[in-house]
Amino acid sequence: MIVCQALSKTYRSGDRELTVLKDITFEIESGGFVAIVGPSGSGKTTLLGLLAGLDRPSTGTVTLDGQDIGALDEDARALVRGEKVGFVFQSFHLIPTLTARENVMVPLELRGQPAGPRADELLARVGLAGRGHHYPAQLSGGEQQRVALARAFCHRPRILFADEPTGNLDSATGSTIIDLMTGLNRDYGTTLVLVTHDSDLAGRTRRVIRLADGAIISDGAP
Amino acid sequence: MAWREGRAARRRLLLLTAAIAVGVAALVAINSFTDNLSRSVDDQAKALLGADLVVNSPSAPTGQLLTLIDSIAKAPGRARAAVTSFSAMAYVTRTSGVRLVEVAAVEPGYPFYGDVKTAPAGAWAALQNSPGTLVDAGVLTALDAHIGDTLAVGEARFVIAGTVDNFPGDGSIRSAFGPRIFISARYLAATGLLTFGSRAQYKTFIKLAPDEKTEPVAKQFRKPISAERGRIRTVEEDQERLKSFLDQLGRYLGLIALVALLLGGLAVASAVQVFIRQKRESIAVLRCLGASTRQLFSVYLLQAGAMGLLGSILGAVLGALIQLGLPRVLSGLLPLDVSVQLSWGAIAQGIGVGVWVALAFALLPLLAIRKVAPLVVLRRPFEEGAKSRPDRWVVLAALVLALSVAGLAALQVRNLVRGAIFAGAAGVALLVLWLAALGLVRALKRWFPHSLQYVYRQGLANLYRPANQTVLVVLSLGFGGFLLTTVALMQQNLLSSFNIDRAPDRPNLVLFDIQPDQLAGLDSLLDADKIVHRGAVPIIPMRISALKGKPVSLLLGDTTAREGGDGDRPGRWALRREFRSTYRDTVVASEKVLTGKWWDQLKQDRFASRGLGFTATDTVPISMEVGVAGELGVTIGDAITWDVQGLPIITRITSLRTVDWARFEPNFFIVFPNGPLDKAPQMLVALARVPDAAALGLLQRRVAERWPNITSIDQSLVQRTIEAVVDRVVLAIRFMALFSLATGAIVLVGAVAASRLQRLREAVLLRTLGATGSQVARILAVEYASLGVLSAVVALGLALAAGWALMKWVFEVPFVLPAASLALLPAGLIVLTVSVGLWSSRDVWRRAPLEVLREE
Repeated sequence: MIVCQALSKTYRSGDRELTVLKDITFEIESGGFVAIVGPSGSGKTTLLGLLAGLDRPSTGTVTLDGQDIGALDEDARALVRGEKVGFVFQSFHLIPTLTARENVMVPLELRGQPAGPRADELLARVGLAGRGHHYPAQLSGGEQQRVALARAFCHRPRILFADEPTGNLDSATGSTIIDLMTGLNRDYGTTLVLVTHDSDLAGRTRRVIRLADGAIISDGAP
Repeated sequence: MAWREGRAARRRLLLLTAAIAVGVAALVAINSFTDNLSRSVDDQAKALLGADLVVNSPSAPTGQLLTLIDSIAKAPGRARAAVTSFSAMAYVTRTSGVRLVEVAAVEPGYPFYGDVKTAPAGAWAALQNSPGTLVDAGVLTALDAHIGDTLAVGEARFVIAGTVDNFPGDGSIRSAFGPRIFISARYLAATGLLTFGSRAQYKTFIKLAPDEKTEPVAKQFRKPISAERGRIRTVEEDQERLKSFLDQLGRYLGLIALVALLLGGLAVASAVQVFIRQKRESIAVLRCLGASTRQLFSVYLLQAGAMGLLGSILGAVLGALIQLGLPRVLSGLLPLDVSVQLSWGAIAQGIGVGVWVALAFALLPLLAIRKVAPLVVLRRPFEEGAKSRPDRWVVLAALVLALSVAGLAALQVRNLVRGAIFAGAAGVALLVLWLAALGLVRALKRWFPHSLQYVYRQGLANLYRPANQTVLVVLSLGFGGFLLTTVALMQQNLLSSFNIDRAPDRPNLVLFDIQPDQLAGLDSLLDADKIVHRGAVPIIPMRISALKGKPVSLLLGDTTAREGGDGDRPGRWALRREFRSTYRDTVVASEKVLTGKWWDQLKQDRFASRGLGFTATDTVPISMEVGVAGELGVTIGDAITWDVQGLPIITRITSLRTVDWARFEPNFFIVFPNGPLDKAPQMLVALARVPDAAALGLLQRRVAERWPNITSIDQSLVQRTIEAVVDRVVLAIRFMALFSLATGAIVLVGAVAASRLQRLREAVLLRTLGATGSQVARILAVEYASLGVLSAVVALGLALAAGWALMKWVFEVPFVLPAASLALLPAGLIVLTVSVGLWSSRDVWRRAPLEVLREE
């Protein structure tokens, strides 16, 4: 499902070069549940961004579901994301001017597809049936993240990327979110890629890729 | 501390500094320009008149008037020069051109002050020694002539010796009314044009001895000259009149500049509001550390003041530069050369006003500091603080703001009432815009169009996103648009009120000064060319010799009377003037009898009693135009004795008429019935419809060659003249109104910048979720287009109301709706809003999504 080959990323600031990722190569099979872990500054989020096509690697290639996304321009990558990829962020990133239901509908609507029934179904799945007309500001953190989760699954993505999804939540709420994610992973067969430095959370996945200083230091079962 | 606190947000505050700067620039530019004008008038006063005093008279001075002028001019050290000016047809024998020109026949010495600039140089002095003429450059173009050609004026022929490039006391607008040609007074008689009934102005320019004061001389002679229908004008009077006119002009243009500054003030208010909202936490921390509300308030007020000062200084510099260009914009309106100097007074005033506006507008949003509880450090409130009733400080701050606006406006126009009216009108306009913006947001929230396509929904929803700038943008853009639209409406309305009926059957050529013995020849000429023409209308020049039984010389000798009438006492202007009256049986299309009876009703009455017609020996009934009746202070039943070429005719006003002067037809103040004036010496006016411009030119030429005394003027020339005048006035106003729009655009950029981060995050999030660049752009376009449409629609509505009010109460002409051109301004405003909005959001699709997501 995800193949990355000799991936590296170098940022240039002024005349200093900073290599964030060095020669990363791995494969994630369809339906997999993988955690990328490592200390702050180890390059986790950069790697996630490259895998999702949010940025271009300095060298190497990323293939998503058989498609080399390095060869696509920004709009084409956006289309790939819209079709195959879902996201969950640490700080939820809901659109404040849209209701919960409308937020869930966004990915499908961007592609001009009917979204209402699907959004209702997913809101029910995350336990927010009947809260669809609320604005994000009217929801608690855990509820917002559940809306975000519903949004991430709305368009039936093949892959879900989650960046510290429980980072802003207390442990009980965070646990609910993880339960939901694994449930959705199971029900829809979605590939899950999780960035976290929470070892409990990593322990619940089937595979852990450890990064330090931009390189893989271990890759295997938790 | 104030300085350190402001460090972070400084870059954004720069924009607001710019908003203040534009307003101050406009204010400084126009006010220092007014100062420069006033100084230039003082410097050039004598050159503007060309002499120390001038005696105007309605006919060539003779008898007692001449004796009076002689006794002024003959004293040692004094000198005189007469200038006679009149309209005539001029044509060049070589080409086919013909044009109505203003002939000025000058005696040597004139002008006594100021230089006449000619090409070739020195031609003015040579004018007196040769049968040549100097002409306005416009004459050459109109006649397709060049220097050296022979110019025919009446019976005389003159060699064009050069052009007059600058005549002291003339604005370039002067030549729009009729290009001038100058000849020596020695050749005046040779033209043969100043015969019976010719309209000419007679001026005798008098130069006093170098050390003499004008006023004692003027005072000594004013009364006796007035009694002889003459009028003395002095340099000082002209100077005062011109200065007060220019001063008013400058002050009202300055008012438009003030509007730009007030918009800048709005920008400050909103910036302060956003700033305080973002600073809540640092304010709370400072409060936790023991800072008092008073301390914090002063810190931020000081910052606002510093921002205002910086903006004002920038604006003053900018304004000083702009005023260098103002003479060009206003040149058409100005009768003098303006020497540009820095006006420190205007600069100081501009900076002071700029700082004051910044402070007054910052006050109200700054009061929110008091509501920031130290608790914010620990916990962000769920909703922005609940609405509380305005306390006395809020009321006080609002009062300071309102009084500031009224006070600044009053200071600008030097009139308390008008300042208050201005502040009130501006306040109402802003209130309407504010309500409209607020209403839109509320209405959107309540009745959101959920069925729309996503892109439109998201764009509309952006209008009420947290920290949205909807109200501010609508206020500033709407106000700028409102001003510009009002100016455009005013221009269109003024022009259309002068607009001459162009229907195909309407006459488009008027032939004046036809002598009765020329009429038959002219008729056959027109008939031969198959030109449609109407029966000629007779004109009889006459003066008032007695009004309601009082001799005019007595009334004119009353030096306390004003130039215009003032209700009880007749205006001098109307008493002195020569009335060019007509006689006819019928009421014509361009007039309406307002009160009284027309001849037919009178005749019936008379027939019933005595069975007589009207004769010159009786008291003759006349019909008078209602405006001039007001000037003379007369009404139905009042007696007027006329002097018709020396013959007295006693009349009584039997009806008052309104006249549509804009109709391209001969209209009259006084109409006599047929009979009494039939035998009086008269001239005629004829109207003709000539199918095309070429035929019109040809006809004018042939008439001018055969009967040089007949002048003719075509409708398009009149129209062009009016348009030229209105356009020049409008250009000046529009130039100032542009400053408001510039401020509006800056405020828009600032407003977009204030919510930039929010917008950027949202856009990137959407792209992460799979939105393409064009979808994001469309969402933003929808947002800005709705802002633009709302601002434009409200601006248009306000402008229509203002335009209507201006036409009704200020200009007193009927209001018309120039629909097509009116649509252009709102369209422009919408395009401006969308392009500025998209341009300031260009970051959104220039940066990689990941970069922004990390900026958490």
